[in-house]
Amino acid sequence: MADQAKFADLAMPYMDPLYSAALRMTRNAADAEDLVQETYLRAYRGFGGFQEGTNLKAWLYKILTNTFINMYRAKKRRPDEVDFDDAEDFFLFRRLGGLEAAEAGKTPEVQVLEAMPESVVKDAIEALPEQFRVAVLLADVEGFSYKEIAEITEVPIGTVMSRLHRGRKQLQARLWDFAVERGLVPRPPQPEPDRSG
Amino acid sequence: MDCEQTIRQVYLYLDGELTRYRRWQITRHLDRCPPCQHGFDFETELRQVVATRSHDEVPDGLRQRIAEAIGLVGGPLRPEPLRAVDGDPAPDESER
Repeated sequence: MADQAKFADLAMPYMDPLYSAALRMTRNAADAEDLVQETYLRAYRGFGGFQEGTNLKAWLYKILTNTFINMYRAKKRRPDEVDFDDAEDFFLFRRLGGLEAAEAGKTPEVQVLEAMPESVVKDAIEALPEQFRVAVLLADVEGFSYKEIAEITEVPIGTVMSRLHRGRKQLQARLWDFAVERGLVPRPPQPEPDRSG
Repeated sequence: MDCEQTIRQVYLYLDGELTRYRRWQITRHLDRCPPCQHGFDFETELRQVVATRSHDEVPDGLRQRIAEAIGLVGGPLRPEPLRAVDGDPAPDESER
């Protein structure tokens, strides 16, 4: 069965990245497994109509994203999924820029980044609202272009750009929160409580 | 191009979504402005950290289920993957 072998050759190597994306999207392992399995089944069934020479990776992510939206959008949003206000430009850099004492060669900001554990990065991505989370995953983790993301998520390029812009700023704010929470950076001084009144 | 215009385009620049002329304008500003260069370097590093620290490996069970579902294992005609029933060893794992 030529198609079957060909599908296996072409599509199976994407299983790890698809599963990683599915985990970030669904935020739990059981749902992520279901999502990846369903994605492969749909892809396999649709493989006959897949045009050779088109972008297989983008096609698989489109199926993953559509399946995610269809399977999980009906579910209630998690209560902690809120849309935060946008952070300023270079939010994280500016926060970390307040740190003292650079070692020779490397700046303290970059050292904090290098020390950032996987769990912080994953949690920060998963804390983003769904539309921003999907855009950031596709761009920053998978490296898709704006045009490809527009096709995968079926929205105009302008929408992709604004979701990315806001999603990345919120990602920086979440990275900062988690880094403070886990003691990777010193807790910033709390403003004095206002006693006038 | 000033600092504000440059910073506003940091994502477009890193995403490779600018024309060559715009890229050149930004590069020229960065060459002359260490604080902006510093910020761009940080954003580049951050992108790298996000891209490389959010990977997980597919559990073996899932890999196996998908292979079975598309008929790569056990032949395409097998209707359902064989599963061990509680208390019974899986048929192909019994080595006694």
